[in-house]
Amino acid sequence: MSDALPIEVTSPTPLLELRGISKEFPGVKALDDVSFAIYPGEVHMLLGENGAGKSSLMKVLCGAYRADSGEFYHKGEKVAVNSTADAQKLGIAVIFQEFSLVPYLDIAQNIFLGREPKGRIPGTIDRRQILVDARRVLGTIGFDIDPSTTVDKLGVAQQQMVEIAKAISQNARILVMDEPTAALSDRETELLFALIARLKADGVSIVYISHRMAEVFALGDRITVLRDGRRIDGVRPADVTPDQLVRMMVGRNVDMTYPRHFAAKPGEVLLEVKGLTAPTGISDINIEVRRGEIVGLCGLVGSGRSEVARAIFGADPVTSGEIVFDGKTISGEPDLATRRGIALIPESRKSEGLALLRSVSDNLVVSALRKLFPSGLFDQRRAQRTSDGLIRQLRIATPSARQTVGLLSGGNQQKVVIGKWLAAGSKLFIFDEPTRGIDIGAKSEIFALIDRLVAEGAAALMISSEQVEICHVCDRAYVMREGRIAGHLTRNELTEENIVRLGMHHA
Amino acid sequence: MTDITKDAIAPPRSFLSQDAIQLFYRLLAALLICAVLAVLSDSFLSLGNILNVLRQASLTFFIASGLTLVVLTAGLDLSVGANVALSACIAGTVIHKTGSPALGILTGLACGGIVGLLNGIMVTALRIPSFIATYGMLWVLNGLTYWYMAGETLHGFPAGFRQIGSGYLFGLPIPVYLLLVFLGIGTLFAQRTIWGQEIYAIGANPVAARLSGIPVARRLLLVYTVSGTMAGLASIIFLSRLNSAEADIGESLTLPAIAAVLIGGTSLFGGVGTVFGTFIGALILTLVLNGMNLLSVSANWQPLVTGIIVILAVWLDMKTRRRTQ
Repeated sequence: MSDALPIEVTSPTPLLELRGISKEFPGVKALDDVSFAIYPGEVHMLLGENGAGKSSLMKVLCGAYRADSGEFYHKGEKVAVNSTADAQKLGIAVIFQEFSLVPYLDIAQNIFLGREPKGRIPGTIDRRQILVDARRVLGTIGFDIDPSTTVDKLGVAQQQMVEIAKAISQNARILVMDEPTAALSDRETELLFALIARLKADGVSIVYISHRMAEVFALGDRITVLRDGRRIDGVRPADVTPDQLVRMMVGRNVDMTYPRHFAAKPGEVLLEVKGLTAPTGISDINIEVRRGEIVGLCGLVGSGRSEVARAIFGADPVTSGEIVFDGKTISGEPDLATRRGIALIPESRKSEGLALLRSVSDNLVVSALRKLFPSGLFDQRRAQRTSDGLIRQLRIATPSARQTVGLLSGGNQQKVVIGKWLAAGSKLFIFDEPTRGIDIGAKSEIFALIDRLVAEGAAALMISSEQVEICHVCDRAYVMREGRIAGHLTRNELTEENIVRLGMHHA
Repeated sequence: MTDITKDAIAPPRSFLSQDAIQLFYRLLAALLICAVLAVLSDSFLSLGNILNVLRQASLTFFIASGLTLVVLTAGLDLSVGANVALSACIAGTVIHKTGSPALGILTGLACGGIVGLLNGIMVTALRIPSFIATYGMLWVLNGLTYWYMAGETLHGFPAGFRQIGSGYLFGLPIPVYLLLVFLGIGTLFAQRTIWGQEIYAIGANPVAARLSGIPVARRLLLVYTVSGTMAGLASIIFLSRLNSAEADIGESLTLPAIAAVLIGGTSLFGGVGTVFGTFIGALILTLVLNGMNLLSVSANWQPLVTGIIVILAVWLDMKTRRRTQ
């Protein structure tokens, strides 16, 4: 294993070094003898599939988890990191994907939360001083905003800047960022990259977790790849290709072009949506999905794609229009849609797709209770058998059907959500961002699964922001803009350019 | 993802489910309390006292068992005590007016059930949080009962009717048989029917449950109606045992029922718990209060002790569950 130094090494001693870190949870070895060094002023990309150990390593780094074994060295000296306070003293700060800001406090109060300059009257805050301090900190990261703005008025990108400002105000020298661009627009991403360059120039080190190949090569000075809790390799971007990195992450060759067997002739119409209008902001939606087809539903975030999916499934009320499924008009709650054979794989699987504290088995049979137990009597063994079958069929990595589903990795959780609808015998699968937060290996498995489903006579309506995926797997696609269908693209017309062109606002 | 190496994931350590382990702890605690009381008090182990404990526990259990289902859906029914009072007064009036205990019993159950259904409608159709809906209902029911009774007391019911609460069959109080029946029905319903499974799923994540095709609103209506009907049942037992009904009999019932549910290990956040746990919870609560009586501890201490047990039980529950996960 090579451990390449950053390109411009200013000091041969790492700012922080972790040696032989191991961390075990009941049933899972999250980190196995991982060593990891951070040099001053470098951007260190941390790569790995979901469940590879990135989050665990990050939590050990910031003191949220205590490693079972292993050592920390700060500027060559051995240190103990047993709490987040210890890590903070070493200048380690983490920008999580879920921000830890208080929405009703203003920017200045959030930056100095718990460290507010005291006013003359005991128990008060020196309002003038905190604003001055906040303006100074915001200035150092080049973020031009009034520090008395409350945080709930800020967009995601701005909240992220506040988080970074907060870290900088605590003299952070190592900034750990977990997929910081996941929720940012292209423009906001550019601004973030500029800020990273600026912090780097000030000697701040960045540990950057990413699933996006492009930014790994655009930003990284060094790359560490984790897999199954082990450090696989440390490389410099100049020395590897994206394909090589993917192979390191998954440990096998992954077919980046997703498998799809296009049917010569699509089957009969399964879903027909006519003039659907809903108070959630969609109007006059006309969609047709045939058996054997994967139909894409694209458009910008906020163009109404999820709202269409929810309206078809009965999750949101409908003002007018008609939904015909399998020859029959359907209107009602999701339980009706489920009985008729419609499945919704929602965008947010943790909050909408799964009962995280329940077992894999409980989650797999929940939509099929009526089908599996027509007498109304529940039989745990039968549920278990059905689940075991699905776990094998979908290759869900879990120690048993009794495992708590929240302990599985993202890709395996997604498979459980899909498995739930396989058990229910659904005919139309509506996928809302099915590959969000899922690693490459699981992605191609999920696409292979969708391909098999439609080949067997089911149909899929797929919402995705990943235009490459839409172009690869869909028979055709609808593009939405501002709550309406802006256009339809046949297989031949289905290109990223066409999707973007139709989806863009023409202000 | 699928090629996670085999040694990365160990098999689950225990063959017993979390719920079974928690129930075992609770049974152990109940036995421990029995052992301590048997040592401290000569009269504890007498047949009369044990039957008395069971009879007392059964009254708490009837109310708490329906409440358990509500709590499993992450809801709460604060109106159960007030519901018992109203149902008892109405059932009592019907028996007085018609002379038919059967009609009275049916009226009591129906009154309880209707109140529960109204709670369910407030929670589902009007989307009022259950805590607030049933808290409001508590006041409404109290108001109705006080207005209806106007300070009167109903008493003197037919001997046959009084047998339900105070009679014996083969040496055991009749409420104890009812307790066993409803413990069985409740456990079967929660564990062995698809409605039970759906109730757990709703409590664990109501949004995911709805998007998984569970008719959430209908199940919630069912659960609140069952809770109300069980309050109606409790009202009949009360009426028959006390041989009288007053407007204020429900005031001391709701909080002990909630205590039994919590001591029994059902989580207020929903999705976790069992009806059997609630039975043990009712038993532990009754045992402790009974022991205090036997040891001549002033009744003024009872609320304090109940509070400590609830806090202790929930804390131990969280601690042991965290360790085994």
